[in-house]
Amino acid sequence: MSPEAFEKPIGFQDVTPTLARKKREMESRLSEVFSSWGYQEVMTPALEYAETVGRASAISEDKMFRLIGQERAMLVLRPDQTAPIARMVNSLLQHEKLPLRLFYHASVFRTQEQAAGRRAELYQSGVELIGEASVKADAELVALAISALQTCQTSSFRLVLGHVALLSALLTAVCPPEDQRSQLIGYLNHRDYVGFEALLHQLEDKKGVSDLLRLCRGLDKKEYLEPLLSHSSDQVVEAAKQLTRIWEILEDYGYESYLTVDIRLLGKLDYYTGMYFEGFAEGVGFAILSGGRYDQLYGQFGRSLPATGFAFRMNNLLETSNIDMEATKQTILYYPVFLRKAAITKAKELRESGYAVILQIDDTISEVVWRES
Amino acid sequence: MDLLTIAMPKGRIYEEALEILAEAGIPVPDDLTKETRKLILTAPVAQLAFFLAKPMDVATYVEYGVADLGIVGKDVLLEESRNVYELLDLQISPCRVSVAGLPNKAKVNGRIATKYPSIAEKYFRSIGEQVEVVKLNGSIELAPLIGLADRIVDIVSTGQTLRENGLVELETITTVTSRLIANRASYQLKYKRVSSFFDQLKKHIERRGNRD
Repeated sequence: MSPEAFEKPIGFQDVTPTLARKKREMESRLSEVFSSWGYQEVMTPALEYAETVGRASAISEDKMFRLIGQERAMLVLRPDQTAPIARMVNSLLQHEKLPLRLFYHASVFRTQEQAAGRRAELYQSGVELIGEASVKADAELVALAISALQTCQTSSFRLVLGHVALLSALLTAVCPPEDQRSQLIGYLNHRDYVGFEALLHQLEDKKGVSDLLRLCRGLDKKEYLEPLLSHSSDQVVEAAKQLTRIWEILEDYGYESYLTVDIRLLGKLDYYTGMYFEGFAEGVGFAILSGGRYDQLYGQFGRSLPATGFAFRMNNLLETSNIDMEATKQTILYYPVFLRKAAITKAKELRESGYAVILQIDDTISEVVWRES
Repeated sequence: MDLLTIAMPKGRIYEEALEILAEAGIPVPDDLTKETRKLILTAPVAQLAFFLAKPMDVATYVEYGVADLGIVGKDVLLEESRNVYELLDLQISPCRVSVAGLPNKAKVNGRIATKYPSIAEKYFRSIGEQVEVVKLNGSIELAPLIGLADRIVDIVSTGQTLRENGLVELETITTVTSRLIANRASYQLKYKRVSSFFDQLKKHIERRGNRD
C-alpha cells in the first residue's frame, strides 16, 4: 500500500509548536539540573554499526532499524544511548579522569508492530555515571532523578527500586535447580506473578518460599529489608546491604517518601548487574524513567568499567509534567516602505528587549506602529 | 482515597467475574448486574469505577492505564502479550485452548483457523510444525467443515460446540482461567488500594478453594 501524502511511518510522530515548546523547556530544565550536578552533555551519531553498538545494546536486534551503509556494512539506527556513549568513552574520552558524568537528549529508535500503538522514535533525556562502582553512584542517580522530576513539576511520582543481584541470589537460595530458576525469572519478565507464585509453591524450601513471598510486597520502609541482612546466602546479604545503604543515602537527601522497594522488579536480564529502578507518575500508565547499574557493558568496548545510568522517557514525562507553556506573544510592526530602515532599527530594539517581532509593510500608514497580534 | 477503575470483560467470563467480586465483598454497582447500555458505572462510596469492554481489549485498556485493574482470561494475556502485572488467578471460567479438527482426517492444506494467531503460531513452532495461520473473528468451528482449514485453535470449555459440529479436540495447548491484572503505574502509585482489593479477592478465593 503506497502511503498517503500526510502519513508518517508507523510509530513516528510530528511535534507541533505547542508540544515542541514544552519539550524544549523540559529539556532545558533537565540540562540545568544535570549540569548543576556536574554532568556534561554529549551527542553521538544517529547511525552505528550493527556489529559493535548494535550487538552491545540492551535492545534486542529484531527491534532495531537496520540499513546498509556505503561500505556495505550493516548499520542500525541508534537503538539506545547507553551503548554509543560506552563506545565514545572508551575511545575519544579514554584519557579523561574517572568517574565521568555525562548526559544527553536524543531520540532512540525501535521498530514496532502495526496497530500496537507504540512509539518507534522515543525521546530520551538521560545520564550516565561511569567509573564508579560504589553505591554512592547508584544513590546519586536516584537522587538526581527525583530532583529532576521536581524541576519538571511532575505530578505525584514514585521511584521503585529493585536489585538484579539480590533477586537472583534470593531465587538461587530457594530454588537451586537452574532450569526452574530460569522459569521463575521468565515469569517475572512477563510480570506474571500468578505463574511465579504457583511455581514457588511447588518448591521444597517452604520456609524460604514463604519468607520470599512476604518480601514480594511493595516495601516502603527500609526496615522491611532487615531480615535479608541476616540471610544465609552471602550474596543476598551483600546485595541487601547495598540496597539499604542506597536507601540511607536517599534519606539524607530527604527523598525516602518517594521510594518503594520491589524485589521482583527485573530490568533487562544479563544487562543490568546491580540496582535497577523505574519511575511512575500519576496520569501515565507507563514508566517515565528507568535505569540502573550495568557493569558488564564497557568490557565489550575494550575496557571494563563499572557504570550506572538512567533515562527519562520524555514522551511519557511530557504527558505528566504540569509545566504550562504559553506561546510567546508576537508583536507585528507595520511600516510604510519608505520607512523600512527606521522599521528595521525599531524591530532590532524591540527584539533585544524580548519581543518576538514580525515586520509587515503597510502603505496606508505614514509612520511605524506596532501591536501585539 | 484514589479512584480505582476496573475493566470488566463482556461475554463468557462476565457473570462469574461479577459474582466473585460481589462474594468477596466488593461493592458492585447494581446497574452492572442488570442489562444496561451505560458504559461506565461507579460505586461512589467505595471509589470504584467499572467499565465493560471486549475481552480482547481489557488488557490493552489496562496496559495504557485507562483502567487500573482488569479481569481477563489467560487466553487473552497469552495472545496479546501486553505489558501488565498478572496478579491473581481468580480460578473462574476454566477452559482450554485446544487444537481441534475433523476426526480421522488427513492434513490437506496445513491451514489453521483461529481467533488466537499468536498462540497458534507459537504452539506449532514449539512442536516443530510449520503451518499457515488464518485469523478469523468468530464461528471458528465452521472452518474445517467448509474446507478453509484442516484444524482450528480455539477455546474449549465443555466441548459441546465441537461435538455439535462433529469436531474432536486433538491436543490441549494450555489450560486457562481468568486473571486479575494491573497497570504497572497504578500498581506502584495506588499500591495500598490495589493490594487491599487484591487481598480481599485472594482471601475469598482461598476460602472458596477450601470449601470445594
